[in-house]
Amino acid sequence: MSETFLAESIQPTAFAFSEENAKAAEAVVAKYPKGHQRSAVMPLLDLAQRQEGWLSRAAMDVVARMLGMPPIKVYEVATFYTMYNLRPVGRLHVQICTNISCWLRGAPEVVRAAKEVLGVEFGETRSDGAATLSEVECLGACANAPVMQVGDDLYEDLTYESTKAVLTALLAGEKPPVGSQTGRRGACPCCGATTLKDKAGDHVAKEPAKPKAKAAAKPGKETA
Amino acid sequence: MLRDEDRIYTNLYGFEPWSLKAAKARGDWDGTKAILAKGRDAIVGEMKTAGLRGRGGAGFSAGLKWSFMPKGEGPLPHYLVVNADEGEPGTCKDRDILRFEPHKLVEGCLIAAFAIGAHAAYIYVRGEYYNETKVLQAAIDEAYAAKLLGPNACGSGWAMDVYIHRGMGAYICGEESALIQSLEGKKGQPRSKPPFPAGVGVWGCPTTVNNVETIADVPTILRRGADWFVGLGPENNNGTKVFCISGHVETPCNVEEEMGIPLKELIEKHAGGVRGGWDNLLAVIPGGCSTPMIPKDVCDDVKMDFDSLRNVRSGLGTAAVIVMDKSTDLVAAITRLARFYMHESCGQCTPCREGTGWLWRTMARMEKGDATVEEIDQLLEVTRQIEGHTICALGDAAAWPIQGLFRHFRPEVEKRIAARRADAKSRVA
Repeated sequence: MSETFLAESIQPTAFAFSEENAKAAEAVVAKYPKGHQRSAVMPLLDLAQRQEGWLSRAAMDVVARMLGMPPIKVYEVATFYTMYNLRPVGRLHVQICTNISCWLRGAPEVVRAAKEVLGVEFGETRSDGAATLSEVECLGACANAPVMQVGDDLYEDLTYESTKAVLTALLAGEKPPVGSQTGRRGACPCCGATTLKDKAGDHVAKEPAKPKAKAAAKPGKETA
Repeated sequence: MLRDEDRIYTNLYGFEPWSLKAAKARGDWDGTKAILAKGRDAIVGEMKTAGLRGRGGAGFSAGLKWSFMPKGEGPLPHYLVVNADEGEPGTCKDRDILRFEPHKLVEGCLIAAFAIGAHAAYIYVRGEYYNETKVLQAAIDEAYAAKLLGPNACGSGWAMDVYIHRGMGAYICGEESALIQSLEGKKGQPRSKPPFPAGVGVWGCPTTVNNVETIADVPTILRRGADWFVGLGPENNNGTKVFCISGHVETPCNVEEEMGIPLKELIEKHAGGVRGGWDNLLAVIPGGCSTPMIPKDVCDDVKMDFDSLRNVRSGLGTAAVIVMDKSTDLVAAITRLARFYMHESCGQCTPCREGTGWLWRTMARMEKGDATVEEIDQLLEVTRQIEGHTICALGDAAAWPIQGLFRHFRPEVEKRIAARRADAKSRVA
C-alpha cells in the first residue's frame, strides 16, 4: 500500500542508536511479553527515524539484529506503513490532508498556500532542505478541518491566509501556536459551546471558523 | 436534548485539565474497587444488560463480545486491546477522549481487562496522534503512581498493566485482526476469521479488541447502572454517542448526544445548521466515509442510531456526520474516497487490491463525464464483486460509498455523461 521505496544511492553504510535511544529501545522491548520482542519493531523503527530524520536500510538492519528478526521482515514493516520516511525529508515535513472533510472545507486552498510558500509540489523537498510537502489521507481532526501536520503537530481550522502565516513563521524558525488557528478549544463549536456550557467559562473562539462561501465552494463544481 | 448530567464526556472540549486530580473531581476512578468487587460475571452481565454497542463502527454488543472470552485463567494469558487507530475520514472523537478524558479510558481498561480476565491492555494509537499519545502516557503514569494500576490495581488485588503501542499510518490497522498483526510487529494485513480474537488473538492468546469510546464508556455505565444507560436512546440502540460533525455546516464540532437524535436536530442544534440553510442541503454521509450517503429527503427525518440508519440502507458507523451542501460535486467527493480506499488497501485480497484501483480510475472518468451510461452498471457490478469477497470489510467499505452515490444520484451522473457526449459531438460537427 505504501508507495515508498529504498533509495539505493543515498543509503548510509552504518547506523547506531545514540546512548539515550538505546536505553529507550530497551524500555520499549520490555513492554511486550517475553519471546515476543518482535512487537517492538514499529516503535524501534520510529526511534531510529526520529534520530536520523529518515529511515535508512542500515537502521532497519540494526533493528532486525536487536530483535532477532530476518531483515526482510523489518523491510516489510518499513515499506508497509506510510509514516516511515524511506528517503530523507526536509527539516519541516508538511503533510496536508485532502480527504473529504478537509476538501469540503477548503483543503485545496491550504494546498495552494503551502505550494506558494514552500515553492514545491507534493512529494518534493526544497533544494535548501528546509521542507518537504506531502499529501496525506485523513489525519483524524475532521471537525477542525482543514488540517495540516508539520512534524508531530497539527494545525487546524486553516484558511489560505492562516496556512501562509503558519508556514512562513515555521520557515523563519518561529513556533506559531499549534492546534486551531481560530483559537477554539478542541472541537467545540466555534461560536460558543452548545453543551457543557457551565464549564466553558468565558471561553469563546476569536472568530467563527467557517470558511468564506467562495473558498469552500471552489473544490466542487456544481453537480451536473 | 441530552442533559449535561447525563453526559459521559464532561470534559470533551478540554475546558478543564485532563489530569488525575481534575478527572477525579469529574467522577472518574470513583469506587472502581467496588465495581471490581462485584466480580467478572456480574460486570459482563451488567454490560450485556446495558446493551452498549461497539462505538468503533460495527455496533456489536460489548458485553456479548466479552462473554466470548474463555472463562477462568487458562494456560495462555488474556489480553485487552484498545483500538485507538482512528482513521475513518470524518471521525475525530477518539482523539478528544485521548487528550481530554484519558482517565476514562485508563479506568475503562482496568475494568474491561478484569472482566475478560486480562492483566495487560495494549492501546493501539494511530501514529499521527503523537501529542495525544503523550497525554495518554502521562495519564497512565499518574494512574501507576496513585496505585490505580500496577500489581494491586485500586487495592482490588488484580494486577494490571496498560501499555501504548503507536501505529505508523495505516488505515487498515483499524480492522481488529490487522491491528493484532501490527501489534505483533507485522504488516497490518487482516486475518481470516475464524478463529476470532477471543480464541486466537494477539500472540496466539485470547484477546478482546474494543474501540476507545466503547472502553471509555464502561466506568460511567457501571457507576450509574445499566438502567440509566438503557433509559437513553431507542430500544437496542442505548446510551449516548459522541458525534463528529464536519463539512458544510456553520460550526463543525464534536458533541455527545443521545442515540436516536434526529439528524436535522443534531446539525441545527450543535453545528449551527447547514451552510445556507437546511434547504441548501444536498446529502449527508452519516457514519464516516464507509457508510453510503443519504440525500436530503432522507436526512429530513432520519434518526441517528444503528437500526434507523440501517433501515435507510446506510449505517451509524463511527457517527461521523459529513455534511454536503448544494455546491458539492458529489461525484468528485466519492471519487476522492475511491482514491482513499485504493491507497489504503493492504494488497492481500485480489478483489480489493485490483478492484479499488479500478473503481477509482472509472470514477475519475465519471467525474469528468468521460464514460458511457452502460459503464455505470458495470461499475456497480464490480462493487458487488468486491463486496463480501475479501478477508476484511475494507472491500465492502470501498464499494458502499459508490453504491450509495448511484442509489440516490444516478440521474446526475447520467446527465453529466450526456452533456460531455453532446459537447464532443458539437465539436466534431
